[in-house]
Amino acid sequence: MNFGFTDDQRFLGEEVHKFLESSYPLRTVREVVDSPTFGGSDATLWNRIVSLGWPGLCLSEAHGGAGLDLETLIVVLEETGRTLLPSPLISTILAARAIERFGTSSQRQSWLPGLADGSRIGTFAMLEAGDSLSPAGVGTTGRVEGNAIVLSGEKRFVPDAVGAGLFVIPVRMVDERAGRSASAGNGDRGDSSLDEIALVFVDREAPGVSVSPLAGMDLTKPMGTVTLSDVRIPLDHLLGETRLGWSAVEWILDLGAALVTAEAVGSVEAALELTTRFAKDRIQFGHPIGHFQGVKHPLAEIYVDLESFRSLAYYAIWAIDHDAPDAKLAVSRAKAYASDAFAQAGILGVQLHGGVGYTWEYDIQLYLKRSKWFRPIFGDADYHYERAARLGGL
Amino acid sequence: MDFELTESERAFRDEVRAFLDENLREGAAESPAFLAEWTKKVRAKRWVGFSWPREVGGGGGSIMEQVILKDEMAKRKAPPLGTCMMGLAWVGPSIIQYGTEAQKQKYIPDILDGKYQWCTGYSEPDSGSDLASLKCRAVREGDDYVVTGQKIWTSLAMWAKKMILLVRTARAGEGAESGSPSGGAATDGAKRGAASKHSGITCLLVDMETPGITVRPIRNMTGSAHFAEVFFDGVRIPVENRLGDEGQGWQVTISALASERSSIAEVHGLVRKIDEVKALARETVRGGRRMSEDPGIRRRIAQAEAKIEAMRLNGMRFLTKQLRGEPLGAETSINKLHRAALEIGLGELALEILGSAGTLTGSEAPAVDEGRWARFALGWPDVVIGGGTPNIQKNIIAERILGLPKD
Repeated sequence: MNFGFTDDQRFLGEEVHKFLESSYPLRTVREVVDSPTFGGSDATLWNRIVSLGWPGLCLSEAHGGAGLDLETLIVVLEETGRTLLPSPLISTILAARAIERFGTSSQRQSWLPGLADGSRIGTFAMLEAGDSLSPAGVGTTGRVEGNAIVLSGEKRFVPDAVGAGLFVIPVRMVDERAGRSASAGNGDRGDSSLDEIALVFVDREAPGVSVSPLAGMDLTKPMGTVTLSDVRIPLDHLLGETRLGWSAVEWILDLGAALVTAEAVGSVEAALELTTRFAKDRIQFGHPIGHFQGVKHPLAEIYVDLESFRSLAYYAIWAIDHDAPDAKLAVSRAKAYASDAFAQAGILGVQLHGGVGYTWEYDIQLYLKRSKWFRPIFGDADYHYERAARLGGL
Repeated sequence: MDFELTESERAFRDEVRAFLDENLREGAAESPAFLAEWTKKVRAKRWVGFSWPREVGGGGGSIMEQVILKDEMAKRKAPPLGTCMMGLAWVGPSIIQYGTEAQKQKYIPDILDGKYQWCTGYSEPDSGSDLASLKCRAVREGDDYVVTGQKIWTSLAMWAKKMILLVRTARAGEGAESGSPSGGAATDGAKRGAASKHSGITCLLVDMETPGITVRPIRNMTGSAHFAEVFFDGVRIPVENRLGDEGQGWQVTISALASERSSIAEVHGLVRKIDEVKALARETVRGGRRMSEDPGIRRRIAQAEAKIEAMRLNGMRFLTKQLRGEPLGAETSINKLHRAALEIGLGELALEILGSAGTLTGSEAPAVDEGRWARFALGWPDVVIGGGTPNIQKNIIAERILGLPKD
């Protein structure tokens, strides 16, 4: 029994910590995202991440990865979360793992090495105008025309869209002649509509693809809109042998949720440290404010929530990696708990800092903003608690 | 990460399961004859006091075996391992660590056999969370201590034959007349100024039939009474019944309080409760729909289940730490806080599901389940306050883990 990390994993975590502490403290992160050339990925930062092998850390060796398991990634993500590292690491890993799991062997051969060695940044583009993580939320269509699939639609809130070279996208395959889905426009879709969903690869350079940035409050997590105007992709850009259906999309969303939650562990840990330090240093009424229970108790509450969603996140990652029967439930519990806990930690962090917490200069506000980005991504607490209720038999 | 048991751990688990298959009968738990038989059998297995050394009659179980045993028992809702609950939880560990040979021989076998109940004389009217400020006084007269004062919130006092009692043998600042005056200062996190407060405390093992002891049960808000006030009026306790040195009482009892467990097994009890609440939500129809369809209720049930799962997984992380040989400390307050929130929260959830009927205590409709949920919703203070209030748990985390200054 070991619900923790191996010595090797802990060593890796320490090395990542040292590297980021010296090369990418928040001061440097601020410079990166404030730079006018930062559109979604900083080349210098990405090159360093690539040289450390993070994108391929848990891809198979056959495809240029290091062949480690997902739990090893946790120790890296906790550190990137601590310093709010503005990199498309999670997006790229998510796209790569989706291809590794669902792709044909030739698809794996042609796409994975480039993602593993960082020459290509990948991302998963799910959401659309309806902002819904459900089969009904997939309105972008794919229509087979001869030896091509023609895509049209608009994907919103796409993580790291501007820097990405490869998009993995769920689309709704429509009948060639009818030109529309049998059940399109009908909110109440039957099972057949789940099968209409397929995953496709779209190259950033393909004609008809346009990407525009969305200005968001968390500058370290850029998002964008991807518009597909009759984009023609070859048939072998359909991920897998056939239409993968909603269950594949759900798996990718779950992995995404688990990865961002592992990263959030590091962010909340850092926010708690910042606020605790402030509470020890700031003197009022003749005492450090951390002497007062009105300050102590909220800090203890953040700690309780942090350690609890840490446990849930570790287990969720393990459950996905091992295809455990309760993997979906594990992910929903982790992301739901963390969404609430991070939001609360952000608010309390700023509040306990008092006036200076409101300033641009103090770092605590950066975590508050990260918590806002974190809440809806891959499903908020409402979505995941409702899903957990359903999976739990209600 | 690795959730597999080793071969020998699996063998032990299978042994426990086989025992349960053979000896557990559904619905038999309330029968006194069955319980007596059960207790004899688990005692023969050395599963009573399973964590205690074999030399004193315990089971000498490894940490993993202890967890497996408790976990399997809780999963199957087996009767308790041993009947002397206070003795097994608090008194025994202190006697094993600090008792004389004579004390060990006198008390440990009886605790294991459940011959009688123990109670714990810790809290006083003016010393609750601030236990070390206790005033119940013991004055040495020849071979006796003469005890005068009052204890309160003493669970089982009216049925117990023995009490482990904390008394003050020296006023704060006086130091102890024998033993180590710095004994109390060893308590983790204690400030210098507080050390003297701890060092004047002595631990006595008391026969409840000693003249001068009066027990007055306290009726709690549910209407029942399982704790009491205990009054001491010139009660003479032989010096040989002192546990540890004079002035060492704080250490003697705190060491037992500090032998924290990873508390994985208690999760099964909470899972059972939330399952019952879910069933209640499915069965309860209000305003023409099942309460299990109400989005607010669904969310709160899912939230409670996530919290229970977090407790289980936290417990497994604590266990991992123990298995690495690192002692557990203040982090166990995390699950105590969750447990408190759940004990209160599940009762509230049940009452909200039931609406007006939830407030009824009678045995006939419209009361539900003979008023069981109303009692359920009032029963939490036992757990929530008894083991250290949530505010105290938060202080512990803030001071010992986050390093914030003490109050």
